[in-house]
Amino acid sequence: MRILVCVKRVPAPGSRINITPDALNVDTSHLGFTTSPHEECAVEEATQIVEEHGGSVTVLTVGPPEAEEQLRYAASVGGSDFVLVINDSGEDWDPQQTSNAILEAIADLEAADGEYDLILFGNESADAGGYQIGIKVAVALGRPAVNGIKGIDVNDGALTARREVDIGYEVYTVPTPAVLGVKEGINLPRYPTMKGRLASKKAEINKRESSALPGPQQKIRLHQPEETVTETQILGDGSDAAVKIVDLLDELGVL
Amino acid sequence: MSDFPTKTRCVVIGAGIVGNCLVGHLSDMGWDDIVLLDKGPLPNPGGSTGHASNFIFPCDHSKEIVDLTLDSQRQYEELGLQNTCGGIEVARTEERMEEFKRRMTSAKCWGIPSTLLTPAEVRELVPFISEDVILGGFYTPSVSAVDSLETGTQMRKKAQEAGHLQVFANTEVTDIETTKGKNKPKVSAVVTDRGRIECDTVVVACGVWSPRIAEMAGASIPLTPAVHQMADVGPFDVLVETQQELAYPIVRDMDTFCYERQTAGSMEVGSYAHRPILHRVDEIPSNEEAALSPTEMPFTADDFDQQMEEAIELMEFLGDGEIKYAINGLLSLTPDANPVLGPTVEVEDLWSAAAVWIKEGPGVGRLVAEWMTYGYPHLTDPHGADISRFYPQQRNVHHIEARCEEHFNKTYGIVHPREQWDSRRDVTTGPVKARTDALGAFYFEAGGWERPHWYETNRDLVESYGIQEREHEWDGRWWSPISDAEHLHLRDHAGIVDLSAFQIFEISGPGSLEYIDHMVVNKCDVKVGGSIYTPVLNPSGGFRSDLTILRLGLEHFRIITGAFDGGRDEYWFRHNMPGDGTVQFENRTNAMCTLGVWGPNTADLLSTITESHFDQAAFPYGSCQEVLLAGIPTEMFRVSYVGDSGFEIYAAMQHGLALWDAITEAGQAFNLRPVGAAVYGTSGRIEKGYRLMGAELESEYTPVEAGLARPKVKAADFIGKANYLEARDDSPCAQLCVLSMDDLVCDDGYERFPMGSGNEPVLSSTGERLVDAKGRVSRVTTAGNAPSVGKYLLMAYLPIELCTPGTELQVMYQNELYPVTVEATGPNLALFDPENDRMKN
Repeated sequence: MRILVCVKRVPAPGSRINITPDALNVDTSHLGFTTSPHEECAVEEATQIVEEHGGSVTVLTVGPPEAEEQLRYAASVGGSDFVLVINDSGEDWDPQQTSNAILEAIADLEAADGEYDLILFGNESADAGGYQIGIKVAVALGRPAVNGIKGIDVNDGALTARREVDIGYEVYTVPTPAVLGVKEGINLPRYPTMKGRLASKKAEINKRESSALPGPQQKIRLHQPEETVTETQILGDGSDAAVKIVDLLDELGVL
Repeated sequence: MSDFPTKTRCVVIGAGIVGNCLVGHLSDMGWDDIVLLDKGPLPNPGGSTGHASNFIFPCDHSKEIVDLTLDSQRQYEELGLQNTCGGIEVARTEERMEEFKRRMTSAKCWGIPSTLLTPAEVRELVPFISEDVILGGFYTPSVSAVDSLETGTQMRKKAQEAGHLQVFANTEVTDIETTKGKNKPKVSAVVTDRGRIECDTVVVACGVWSPRIAEMAGASIPLTPAVHQMADVGPFDVLVETQQELAYPIVRDMDTFCYERQTAGSMEVGSYAHRPILHRVDEIPSNEEAALSPTEMPFTADDFDQQMEEAIELMEFLGDGEIKYAINGLLSLTPDANPVLGPTVEVEDLWSAAAVWIKEGPGVGRLVAEWMTYGYPHLTDPHGADISRFYPQQRNVHHIEARCEEHFNKTYGIVHPREQWDSRRDVTTGPVKARTDALGAFYFEAGGWERPHWYETNRDLVESYGIQEREHEWDGRWWSPISDAEHLHLRDHAGIVDLSAFQIFEISGPGSLEYIDHMVVNKCDVKVGGSIYTPVLNPSGGFRSDLTILRLGLEHFRIITGAFDGGRDEYWFRHNMPGDGTVQFENRTNAMCTLGVWGPNTADLLSTITESHFDQAAFPYGSCQEVLLAGIPTEMFRVSYVGDSGFEIYAAMQHGLALWDAITEAGQAFNLRPVGAAVYGTSGRIEKGYRLMGAELESEYTPVEAGLARPKVKAADFIGKANYLEARDDSPCAQLCVLSMDDLVCDDGYERFPMGSGNEPVLSSTGERLVDAKGRVSRVTTAGNAPSVGKYLLMAYLPIELCTPGTELQVMYQNELYPVTVEATGPNLALFDPENDRMKN
């Protein structure tokens, strides 16, 4: 099975996310970067499918040159081919430009090596959270798409995808080629091994430019919500704390 | 939770291993009103303690560091929070195997059981190690791993339960207020986001944040946050099966600057091999901004790849382990890699307890608490860690970062005792450097100053005097036979020594005599033009310094001290000044230069450029006079640290070059040669048995034991007097001695030359360590050739029963034993011209 996984380089913040003075971006000056968690699961899912059924996993990202770090991370845990569509504008592209850049790349990759049976996206990116890219790509390609997927089974020529709902799962039978958006929790992504990390340094990265044009969506500004300050009080250790706990519960009116 | 206090005696900022242990010890020592603050949550507020590897290799070449480490291990053990698992340093190179011999020597000196292992023996202890990539190991069974967070918690709780301590986590310090102190600003309050606390004393124990916190009060703590990378890799069946946190010895792969430490089923791999990655304090995220903790910064994997490959070479199974956790952990580095402890220079009652590793944390807590309580620590002499050792040009970020960049990769490196820095050279130079450069001076750094150590233009003397090179590269590194040739030339003719690095302080004012008498042991009420060589004691009666004082006027004294001691001495003299304006202190180091001229031709030589007379009657030994030399105003001081007739000559800095030119031009007729500091500081000194601060003179020893007690004690009170009197009344249990090496030939058949770097033990004839009644070990404090005596000499304190000339002992150097004989003890340790005829006649 030929699988393409699209991932995004995103900041790895703490509990407080600072934004830049122009309110247009997350302030990443103290932050490291990672792969958006849903997409990290997508890479793991693709890897597991290929380990069981054979095939290949191509990992693609649209991002700055530094996003090579995320492709090499993917290489350390399982991918086989890697594509970096370079956006060196210093800003994220809007969803339309991003999806068109991905479509350009898919067209070339499929023309060269054949159609992808499955294209995986994360349900949404961890930073922008636009929920758009996978759907836009699927619509443009005319392929079926389902989002929110927490389980994939591969059958002959078709996929069974499960989406979690309040009372259980919705189960979809999806013909290939298909596009799925997966959610964190579908699996537990493996950590890279030291050997995997070292091998990933040798992985060849297909770096390409894009001619996709900006779409109409514009980012006006980010809003930073008021910070809620919480404080934890340790009431004591062991049985010494019992009286204080009772007093507190009494104060809260739950006794 | 307690109400936030508005007043306390002492605020300690920082609840890492140091701050927590400090409050525990302060409480034990009677401090009953302490507040401990940290901006993070407890028990792990997010500093370096929280991500530390927590292992302790106790053997080091530095006595000060070993004292702190061994005390820390004792404290961890007493709390039941130490796991003694053993540790092996492995070598991949022959050079490292040689270094292991030095480590064996240090281990013997400090009484730390250790052995050298073959690769097969290493594999017996660590069965998964690749035997074929190592040449051997240095095994220390007492290597341990500790629980530093729980240790901190227990120390803190102990103080709380005693009712001496209030603790406030999640409390950010926003300012430290000062008021006018006796001679400089004094701390008065700590301002936090919860309120303001008036206090008498503040301790900054904030690790990587310390510079920022100290700066709030106007003080500097010279350190930089720096990255140490580590990764947790696993799980591995071979480790999981042990069902122990640490079933195997910790391995330090010394030549790749890495370590491998079992953590239950995984292995932690840490490195000091990557490029130095330094940060500024403002680049550290807050607890809220950090993805993990503020000091667990994002891992930069590219920097670690080489170390992974090398780790897999050593332990092949590591390659299959998953990297579950990897960080760029922050720790604190200082320009010389030692901690920064003690009262800050700039602000009264503001203390630093920073740049401390887990292995030293509890010991530093005790040491700083003793310092705050008793005026000086008892645990060990802290001169290598004393924050006041840094000069102003060494406290800025340019110096800190340059030196830390240079020494980071030496964390597991092989650092020669005489090794010199590459970076930040030529920052502080004397007025004659253009001339000494032209003479081919090879410079050593002395307290930041460039000081000629020998001169290549004197190489012809090596042949003249028949001086041999040293066969072993280690012995000859940072050494030249030229030094011995210069020594002999000075004894035969004359030599000029650039002493620009001397630290010169001047004391004046109506209270100056009373003040200076209070500061030092020996009587200062000498006649104008007289001099005083004197110990300076700490309140407990041990050495704080030794220095020379000239009385230039009834109310005018000049203090001359060494380049390595100036910072600490200036702090001490300023700190103890009366605040009533009766005494003025001026540091004139940068305004004056000093040249030394010694040797039998000196008086005749100098007589050609002056109308003054230099015979002993006109200019007796130990006196100081104003003299015009070639028309340049100078003060000449008839004294000698090298054992020959001559002078220290002081002149204004702007006249230094002309003075040098005048003397050297006149010297052509008297066979004057430039002579380096190797003669001044070692060979000349050791022939006369003169003591050196930081070597023979440390706070653990008294003037009586050092042979520097005078027959009488002055009436005036002085710092340390009570203990000094007590020491005089007691019979000393140790005495400083000079020993000679009877045979320098090693097992391989050539001569070796001990360094005198403080870690070479003097042993009994049967190879046992010598420990005096106060528990102090006998070790070589200075070693050097004595070309005029024809012997290689050592200085060491010995238990009193061995302090008899003729006693035969042994010294260990590079793990081999050499026979030595006691030559002299007591006040006069000179083997060259013991009657001082050359200096005084």
